[in-house]
Amino acid sequence: MTLALIDISLRLGEAAPLFSPLTLTVRPGEIATVMGPSGIGKSTLLDGIGGHLDAGFTLTGRVLLEGKDIAGLPAEARRIGLMFQDAVLFPHLSVGDNLAFGLARSVRGRAARRAAVTAALGLAGLSGLYDRDPATLSGGQRARAALMRTLLAEPRALLLDEPFSKLDAALRSEMRDFTFAHIRLRNIPALMVTHDPADAEATGGPVVDLGSFPVRSGRA
Amino acid sequence: MNRATRDGKILRGGVLTVVLAAIVLPILGGLWETGRAGFGVLPAIGATELSLAPWRALATMPGIATSLRLSLTTGLGATALSLLLAVGFCAAVHGRMSRRSSGRMLTPFLAAPHAALAIGLLFLISPSGWIARALAPLAGWDRPPMLTTGNDPWGLALILGLMVKEVPFLLLVILSALSQIPVRAHLTAGRSLGYGRGLVWIKVIMPQVWPLIRLPVMVVLAYSLSVVDMALILGPSNPPTLAVMLLRLFSAPDITQILPASAGALLQGVGVALCFVGILALERLGRVIGLWWIRRGGRGVSAEPGLLLATGLTMLLMALGTLAMASLLVWSLAWRWPWPMLLPDSWSLRAWGTPGTGWARALTTTIVLALASTAAALVLAIAWLEGEDRARSARARWAEALIYLPLLVPQIAFLYGLNVVFLRIELSGGLVAVIWAQALFVFPYVMIALSDPWRALDPRLARVAGSLGAGPWRRLFAVKLPVLLTPLLTAAAIGVAVSVAQYLPTLFMGAGRIATLTTEAVTLSSSSDRRITGVYATLQAGLPFAAYAAAFMIPALVHRNRRALSGEAAG
Repeated sequence: MTLALIDISLRLGEAAPLFSPLTLTVRPGEIATVMGPSGIGKSTLLDGIGGHLDAGFTLTGRVLLEGKDIAGLPAEARRIGLMFQDAVLFPHLSVGDNLAFGLARSVRGRAARRAAVTAALGLAGLSGLYDRDPATLSGGQRARAALMRTLLAEPRALLLDEPFSKLDAALRSEMRDFTFAHIRLRNIPALMVTHDPADAEATGGPVVDLGSFPVRSGRA
Repeated sequence: MNRATRDGKILRGGVLTVVLAAIVLPILGGLWETGRAGFGVLPAIGATELSLAPWRALATMPGIATSLRLSLTTGLGATALSLLLAVGFCAAVHGRMSRRSSGRMLTPFLAAPHAALAIGLLFLISPSGWIARALAPLAGWDRPPMLTTGNDPWGLALILGLMVKEVPFLLLVILSALSQIPVRAHLTAGRSLGYGRGLVWIKVIMPQVWPLIRLPVMVVLAYSLSVVDMALILGPSNPPTLAVMLLRLFSAPDITQILPASAGALLQGVGVALCFVGILALERLGRVIGLWWIRRGGRGVSAEPGLLLATGLTMLLMALGTLAMASLLVWSLAWRWPWPMLLPDSWSLRAWGTPGTGWARALTTTIVLALASTAAALVLAIAWLEGEDRARSARARWAEALIYLPLLVPQIAFLYGLNVVFLRIELSGGLVAVIWAQALFVFPYVMIALSDPWRALDPRLARVAGSLGAGPWRRLFAVKLPVLLTPLLTAAAIGVAVSVAQYLPTLFMGAGRIATLTTEAVTLSSSSDRRITGVYATLQAGLPFAAYAAAFMIPALVHRNRRALSGEAAG
């Protein structure tokens, strides 16, 4: 599975593009990093790839996943996982049910689904917390639960929007290792937006700085 | 751009069609039929000739000038005084009261139907009521004083009744507007420049609040100018306010009276519209004078005594409202209650003991109407908001105006005409017609109550669900609606309260055949048996309270193990 961005640019209405066309290939198991100053459109880029653009934004260029252009598909059909700086667990569901919400439909039968969730909880060091209220978890536990929920959906690619910026230093490197290890294990491409050069360094993958891009004339 | 947005456009188109067909069209149709009848054309009673005769008949009605004047003084007076008190009270207590505790304080007043509150107030202020009983030892009265305290010819009791209902509503509206303004920072900045607290409120905060509360104030004004049920109970009776006079004409045995009544209904509508123009003109004027005043930089005037007065009067109104509600219950349970004792000598359940004679049936009808109209309004509101989400675009101003439309047009101006339309499509007199007519007024309140919490929902929840493969419907039913359970139930409780309180739609569309707690309570309010009246009014007030209690308890039960959803965060 390879994620290829070809001549991607984003614009709001008739305004000039947010950044000059971006071309980037992320191979399976690789984590590419997008950096750049605030407001340049890093998060909007992830929205565009994931299919979550706000009204008024248009994305031009091609987003290829396994060679197929997915830019016209609705978000739920793209199978691209999404991670934020907050875990964004569903507050009305227990920790386990949050994971079950993510678990792919291909796992059938109550027992099998429950087992898959329990196993994932174990992997995340959350054994025995199936029925817990997500609001009572620690920051690190929440982040790991969110990653497991995303992975259980069997995504074909992963988008990470400043995933570690709200964690304290010790937890940050632990969570980084945990997340990257799982991405490599699943062998899926990942694209991460971050402000932290240490994050970029840890990936060992390509780094794109949207701010240093030569920008097409016409942008203020 | 993609399928999701297209989906949203289809949903929005559908919702808009329903709103136009089910809400806007009936109002316009009702206004059209009323207008035609006002100019002499009502084929149903054999009147087919366009003429000004209905207007001439209206102009020569005995007491018409007094009625008009009464409508204006009570409507404008109640609105202006309510606004003054609400603003003053907010300025005095804001920052000292959490949003949550003020909400708890206001809820009972918002829930109580107008008619029940009016009946309770009438009990309270009448010469045989609690106030006179409490004063008796001081004033040396040994029998109820011969005073006209309710139904006074100046409409003072009506103004008081309207204020007890409208001040809490305006407080709620202003408090919610204030939450969008950095009040604390502006107060600090203003005071550090040497302006007193009250002056900062008048010169800095209120100009920011006004645009946010203009529409609700107009709703209050339209309501106060054209109220029927409260005016029947508390208002002067001969001559009454215009709206009550029109109701009498509409239901007179002589059906030709419908024509001048329709002309009067038009007049009522035009009068409200003119008052709206007046508000906008005052706003312009206020801007000019306000700027002149602000530029002068005067700091000398102290508004502190005014704030204290507003706070005191608001507390007094709330005390009156509370006592009014309590007196409903006490009267329904009273047996022997000699004057001037403060509580009955002997109690009895006799008034409650015979549900078969009427109240059980009226209660059932009221519940059915409330549930049906609220369900319809809630489904439409959810579809509207979900359509906005899917189209990923914000609400247009005209759409916002559309929501408020049913609350800005006086009920009496179009309901009779709507009944003519309903008669033509053979819907009149049935439950469906009443549910429809009530939903016209339930929908705006449900929509207004649900909009803010819906927009405040973290959009990332739906995005995450989408990235996990959940389609738009699963995102709606498995994520958004459960997370929004508390605001959904609160909106439903408000819907129930609005439906239960409806008098005119039930009366007109039900063609007198559908009796609810409200229509019965209003009818009984002029009877001498306070016990039976107390039963109906207590039940009428009790239903919305029960709905609010359910809206409070159900989420607490369902989300008892969900910290993020039980309590502040869900509000």
